Amino acid sequence: MTEPFVQEFEARAGTATADGPEWLEPIRQAAMERFARSGFPTARDEEWRFTPIGPIVQGSWRAASGTSGELGREQLDSFIFGHPDWTTLVFVNGVFHDALSSVGPLPGGVRVASLAEALRSDGASIECHLARHAPVDGSPFTALNTALMREGGVVLVGAGVDLDMPVHLLQVSTAEAAGTVAHPRNLIVVERGARASVIESYVTLAPGRSYWTNPVTEVAVAAGAWLEHTRIQRESEAAFHVGLTQVDQARDSHYRSFSFAMGGALARHNLHVRLNDENIESLMYGLYLTRGEQVVDNHTAIYHDRPNCRSWEVYKGILDGRSRAVFNGKVFVQPEAQKTDAKQTNRNLLLSDGARVDTKPQLEIFADDVKCTHGATVGRLDDLARFYARSRGLSTSAAERLLTYAFAAEVAGEVALVPVREELDRLVFERLGSR
Amino acid sequence: MSSTVESLVNKEYKYGFVTDIESDVAPKGLNEDIVRLISMKKQEPAWLLEWRLKALRGWQKMSEPHHWPNITYTPVDYQSISYYSAPRTKTPLGSIDDVDPKLLDAYTKLGIPLREQKLLAGVAVDAIFDSVSVGTTYKAKLAEQGIIFCSFGEAVREHPELVQKYLGSVVPLSDNFFAALNAAVFSDGSFVYVPKGVKCPMDLSTYFRINTAETGQFERTLIIADEGASVSYLEGCTAPKRDENQLHAAVVELVALEGATIKYSTVQNWYAGDEEGRGGIFNFVTKRGKAAANAKISWTQVETGSAITWKYPSVLLQGDNSVGEFYSVAVVNGRQQADTGTKMIHMGKNTRSTIVSKGISAGRGQNSYRGQVKVLPKAEGARNYTQCDSMLIGNRCGAHTFPYIEVQNSSSSTEHEASTSKIGEDQIFYLKQRGLNTENAISIIVNGFCKEVFKELPMEFAVEAQKLLGVSLEGSVG
Repeated sequence: MTEPFVQEFEARAGTATADGPEWLEPIRQAAMERFARSGFPTARDEEWRFTPIGPIVQGSWRAASGTSGELGREQLDSFIFGHPDWTTLVFVNGVFHDALSSVGPLPGGVRVASLAEALRSDGASIECHLARHAPVDGSPFTALNTALMREGGVVLVGAGVDLDMPVHLLQVSTAEAAGTVAHPRNLIVVERGARASVIESYVTLAPGRSYWTNPVTEVAVAAGAWLEHTRIQRESEAAFHVGLTQVDQARDSHYRSFSFAMGGALARHNLHVRLNDENIESLMYGLYLTRGEQVVDNHTAIYHDRPNCRSWEVYKGILDGRSRAVFNGKVFVQPEAQKTDAKQTNRNLLLSDGARVDTKPQLEIFADDVKCTHGATVGRLDDLARFYARSRGLSTSAAERLLTYAFAAEVAGEVALVPVREELDRLVFERLGSR
Repeated sequence: MSSTVESLVNKEYKYGFVTDIESDVAPKGLNEDIVRLISMKKQEPAWLLEWRLKALRGWQKMSEPHHWPNITYTPVDYQSISYYSAPRTKTPLGSIDDVDPKLLDAYTKLGIPLREQKLLAGVAVDAIFDSVSVGTTYKAKLAEQGIIFCSFGEAVREHPELVQKYLGSVVPLSDNFFAALNAAVFSDGSFVYVPKGVKCPMDLSTYFRINTAETGQFERTLIIADEGASVSYLEGCTAPKRDENQLHAAVVELVALEGATIKYSTVQNWYAGDEEGRGGIFNFVTKRGKAAANAKISWTQVETGSAITWKYPSVLLQGDNSVGEFYSVAVVNGRQQADTGTKMIHMGKNTRSTIVSKGISAGRGQNSYRGQVKVLPKAEGARNYTQCDSMLIGNRCGAHTFPYIEVQNSSSSTEHEASTSKIGEDQIFYLKQRGLNTENAISIIVNGFCKEVFKELPMEFAVEAQKLLGVSLEGSVG
């Protein structure tokens, strides 16, 4: 199953159009070897037990190669939160689309560019980050991405800069994406004391098409820095999406993540956060809406390596049809990480009888003076609450919509960017209204 | 403080004596001949030998589960173990008075004087020494109500129809590596049958002990509660101190027919190895119950011993309205490792399960809770509540939680909560200023932490469990 990818890799290595600077070659090479050696994971692999990746493994995928057709900015209107003024990098079927992108006036010390461009002109400043955070040993998908990555967004925010407007990395797939695989690679670096907000979106203009997106995003939050990272996954409901976000946090930093998922026949997102020093705060919120035969899988891992850090995680899911949600949340607390305060919650709401949830909140704790809790629930709407809403004059369906919305709003309300929060509200309502 | 810590950590294993009794030991190794030898020694019928051989053939194709449990140990060499060890007796035992006095002494040291118990405690005991049942107290009295309580071997001889009907019906012979091994070589165990509508008038009890070096213990327990019957069963375990590891791979099967209730309580205090992790029992046990409609199965366990514990007492909630419970206290100290928890498989409508797990880690111990709650599509209205709390004492130990919650029915409701914390310094301070010393303060706090589980234990076990907890933990707090 690995053969086509190895061939693609070798074919590309032979061409004159080098994929990047010299230092990147051995990294790619090692990643490809790693992938060829391990192959795709199997159901025997504990990490992948509940993720049915069969269609990805058995499928034959061509490399995504942009678009030949005309694409206008107005087609992207529904994906930009009503803010054409935000710096937005647009990638169409895995390839950077200059005409659709807009980089507004940025403060000094801030660099926003496509990966290919950044590798050409800023090689040195990304050398210490690219492929240094996300280990290729972590997963064969990461290894494959590292070997074959070409495009993605690079956001570098220099020390002390307060970036007041968010940066949006928008991956769009069109009808031409059918049967292809893209390996977007993003890098977000927020230097000492800086402050930024980055949105990463995966959207489609061809809802019924089947394609595969295999993104990896590396995030480095330096000492005292602040980052809000919003990830919106609205792929085609016939598509496959297996993504990793790998975060490294330094002392006194704050990272706030929101992961929203409603697309994909199979969509998996791994979020790994390493708290490498003291007094770090990490907030992780997630919301997934599924229907039909969708499978949405969220794997999170938080590594408390040092004392006095806080992590807070809430993932919520609303499942309809015969869809399935998987949640796996790991919290590791190393012996040194005393005074850790970690809380993890996963709550699932089942709207239909065929829906199914596999949740595995997991704690691995090696320090004694810590406060760690986790909780997981699976259930349907509370009959009493429904009755109450009915008694106030709401119809059954309105009562159910209201209660379901309230369930989602608890996490959606945590998105600090108001336009994004409003868009998420709209998406939730739209989905509930379509029932 | 640290000197107290040391003195208490170095406290010797109280049950580490060896009883010098001549044993009938099978040659080391495992093959069809050994299985035939065991079966022959036990004068078993042909069907049972066939069943054993089938299990052996299945086992030979299986591999030891090393990848998923959160435990590490040097692989067991299954060919260097003796699979049968029986105290040598000249004639078949007629009554308990014929039992070798040395054996009875051993039990007295363990705190279960069989004869006294018969008179005073009113607990019927089936004692398993190495792998052979040495005598069952109170048998006659139970027989009056039609209750069968005997060694497994005896059950095979006297009640083959019951054994044949239920053996392997809950834990199939190919269920897992250790269960298959047990099925091939099990040498004895306890058998209980409670007839329709009978409430067993007293708690039944088994005491296990591994005595001989380089033997494994593979007992098999089968408890059947017929429609509307109820029984409470207690099990306790100890072993002598030895440098090498010993294997204990038991299987317990519970069958609760319609409306029946089975309560199974364990206090496991196998030798845990020394402070460097040398020796100790590898406790790889498969325990499972099958609950028919309106039946209830309740597991309570206090696990303080063993170098390694690998055990997941489970309930298959097959019948509508059936109930499963799991209450557990697992303590690890020294270099002990425990990977334990439960499985609650909800199949019937309105099935309910409760899981309360308390893990305490001290020294360099590693404690994992691993549990599965599975609600199948037909289990309408199923309900699960899980609470697992861990307490860490010192920062060289670990506490881990691996709950798997798999829900396929929207009308069901599952809740899982887990917390990890340390003993509150303010709590210790408070108790100390009330005049208690640190040791007693800790003992009170830990017992309070475990109270929800202890209250599920039958009286005599609850007392023993609290004392054991004290012995296992005292001094581990600095």
